[in-house]
Amino acid sequence: MTRLIHLFLVFSLLSVLAVGGGTAVLPEMQHMTVHTFHWLTDAQFRNIYSLGQVAPGPNMLMVLVIGYQLAGWAGMVVVGIAFFLPDCIITLFVNRWWVHLGGWPWRTSIQRGLAPVAIGLMTSGTYAIARLSIINVQTLGIALVVFGILLWRHVNPGVLVLLGGAAYVLLS
Amino acid sequence: MSFGGGAVAYLREYLVREEGWLDDEGFLGAMEISETLPGLNAVNMAIIMGDNLRGIAGAAVSVVGMLLPGSVVVMVLGILYQSNHSNPDVKRFLLGIAAAAVGLLSAVTLQIGRRQFRQLPDIAIIAVTFLAVSFLKVPLFAVLLGVGPISVWLYRPHVSEPRAQDEHLPFHRGARHHLFRH
Repeated sequence: MTRLIHLFLVFSLLSVLAVGGGTAVLPEMQHMTVHTFHWLTDAQFRNIYSLGQVAPGPNMLMVLVIGYQLAGWAGMVVVGIAFFLPDCIITLFVNRWWVHLGGWPWRTSIQRGLAPVAIGLMTSGTYAIARLSIINVQTLGIALVVFGILLWRHVNPGVLVLLGGAAYVLLS
Repeated sequence: MSFGGGAVAYLREYLVREEGWLDDEGFLGAMEISETLPGLNAVNMAIIMGDNLRGIAGAAVSVVGMLLPGSVVVMVLGILYQSNHSNPDVKRFLLGIAAAAVGLLSAVTLQIGRRQFRQLPDIAIIAVTFLAVSFLKVPLFAVLLGVGPISVWLYRPHVSEPRAQDEHLPFHRGARHHLFRH
């Protein structure tokens, strides 16, 4: 029960802090689940993150697997509610309120000001996954090839990610 | 069925182009709110679209629709992972996926931050945020409460900075369009 409460508190906190989306909270999620609560090892966190990359829909649905791994089906439900519900409620309220702010000059300031913060956080999220996964020349090569291909043209990223996994099985 | 996190592009394709439920202006308005608020972009978009079209019930249905298929698949994978996590090929496969994801996340971050990575005040804010989180290990809430208000203050109203007015020019909207085609 204590663990469920902790899971709820951690993931609802992550939910309201997720300015810039899921990638933006990855460092904090890793810190809390691996270092603060010792629920997972770095490798487990990385592997569960990879599962989210393979599933359709938002990658951050992988939090459900974290909940399941730690506290079974109850853990999955608690983490799912904690991670998604607070944001949904905030968005619902702000959506109804936002139109009334049309002429408010600070509205643009908030949008413009939070954008670089969100991008800084996404950079940190990318770096967090890089530290866990770029461990040798092959993994570095896979990351660079995927990056290069996506800058070059639009390819379905899900396919690239799967190919990256297959490539590492063959290369190692 | 948006593999690899392209959900927002699919949403636009479907809601604006095929169903005609809202125009581009409405879509971009929703996008602005989604990006500024905490939470996953795709989920925020689902809430706003659902709410605008059918109220709270619409919002609830949209979110469930957005999350349910992926939830089922990720849980099937999670259960398979639990029983195979010591298989060396599974480990290698997942490591390769994480490495590929680094390439993907880098490309996405660069693309979303196209404008910000070119402007000095924005680059400074990005750098400070990145250093604080990744190297100084400042807790996320402290970073948001510290850097957030400073950054918003830099873009406070009536500053005689050309960029602050960019937001209202039509070509700016066109520029943002481009992002969702990818």
